[in-house]
Amino acid sequence: MRSVAELEAYIEAPKPDIAPVKLADDYLLVGEEMLIHWLKAKDLVPTEKEKEGFRILAMHRQGCKGDPSFNACRETCRELAYYYNLITMEPDSEDIASRLAMMDMVAKHLVLFIGGKMQEEQVGEFCCSSKVNKLNREEVESLVGVNNG
Amino acid sequence: MTVIIDKAALKKKYKKVAYYPGCALEGSAMPYDKSTRAVGKALGLELVDVKDWNCCGAMEVKNVDPEVQTYLSSRVLSNAQHKNKMDVVMAPCNGCYKNLKEAEYDLEHKDKSKQVTARISEKAGHETYEAGGVETIHALDWIKMGYGEDELRKKIKGGLKGLKIANYYGCMYTRPRNIFPEKAEGAGGDSLTKPHYMDDLLAVAGAENVEFPLKTACCGGAHTLSDSDMSTKLVLNILEAAEAAGAEVIATECPTCHSGLEMHQIRALKRLSKETNVKVVYFTQLLGMAMGLSARKVGLNGNISDSRGLMKEKGII
Repeated sequence: MRSVAELEAYIEAPKPDIAPVKLADDYLLVGEEMLIHWLKAKDLVPTEKEKEGFRILAMHRQGCKGDPSFNACRETCRELAYYYNLITMEPDSEDIASRLAMMDMVAKHLVLFIGGKMQEEQVGEFCCSSKVNKLNREEVESLVGVNNG
Repeated sequence: MTVIIDKAALKKKYKKVAYYPGCALEGSAMPYDKSTRAVGKALGLELVDVKDWNCCGAMEVKNVDPEVQTYLSSRVLSNAQHKNKMDVVMAPCNGCYKNLKEAEYDLEHKDKSKQVTARISEKAGHETYEAGGVETIHALDWIKMGYGEDELRKKIKGGLKGLKIANYYGCMYTRPRNIFPEKAEGAGGDSLTKPHYMDDLLAVAGAENVEFPLKTACCGGAHTLSDSDMSTKLVLNILEAAEAAGAEVIATECPTCHSGLEMHQIRALKRLSKETNVKVVYFTQLLGMAMGLSARKVGLNGNISDSRGLMKEKGII
């Protein structure tokens, strides 16, 4: 499995000459791998189950338990599944280029959101709150490594 | 079970509501306040400012003490109920809307919230708010249900002339889902997964809504303070997705999202050399212009994202 940095690099890179269905598979996999990183960071075993036919939706549900702010990417996961269906069911559609472009941006948003949330997890909640405020100065400094230098 | 919403009852109920602008609409989101009041006046919907209102607790207080946050929001509800004698509060800001709804939920379900609210209310010398006293609604509910699309259609003058719009609701309009039971009611109500009230209203006003997959995605909001670059990337992706979808304008209904989109659009150009040209406009500004109100009357000149050229070019103003 790729690291978060590798997934971020993949999503930023140009993707010429890749068949639509293969690209849709790749984007969905990027989303799933990000969810796996999120779950493992929380010491959870990523579920193998599917929800509405998609593992990413099952993993999202697993990942937001006890962490309601993670629900901010609920629809992003659903949109990824939606575009996956559109592209794989109609690979010859005249709208294929725009659908792929949209799926690319939806996957990118998921990578940015989860990547950002993981990066900040120890010093503050990504969304609408700041754990820092609840901690005392020593705890904050130990978390952000101020005393280590 | 499918619940049919009683539109006639809501129309009557929402005709006159208590108005809770919140801090943002008195500051960075002044154009949202201006256009909301102007549209209400033009539609004959009455707004009565909540007397002696206070901050809802925004995004910060809950981290220090969630019960104090509930109290702060409950005081707004209490004032609306007891000082204004109203049973509906309209909050156009997603943050305020969510906090007031959450306070309502917590006061119904959490004993500690009830106890703390009662204790501080008594100390502060005002009546304790009890769940069920006031209904909190968003500006979208207010116009969609309080006026209605059929009536609104009759009020449209120049219209939006096919302006291509990506409707952006942000993440707090539908989340957390337990505090918005009415959004899951089915026929006629808004959706938790695919909100559409703004789409509906702007379509009536003559817009062409584009398919926009990031309509409830995170804008980076509060994260802008701890990692601005991440917020810029999230916003840039939203702006680029809107442009790729063919949008000329992103319509907003949240002051935090709106200012984030505007500011990070500029920052993306400066820091990442990525230019986007899609304009960011409050939905109330768009509705007002469609109804023939002047750009000045809806505060268009107060936006950082300057859409006046586009609106002139399209013949909207």
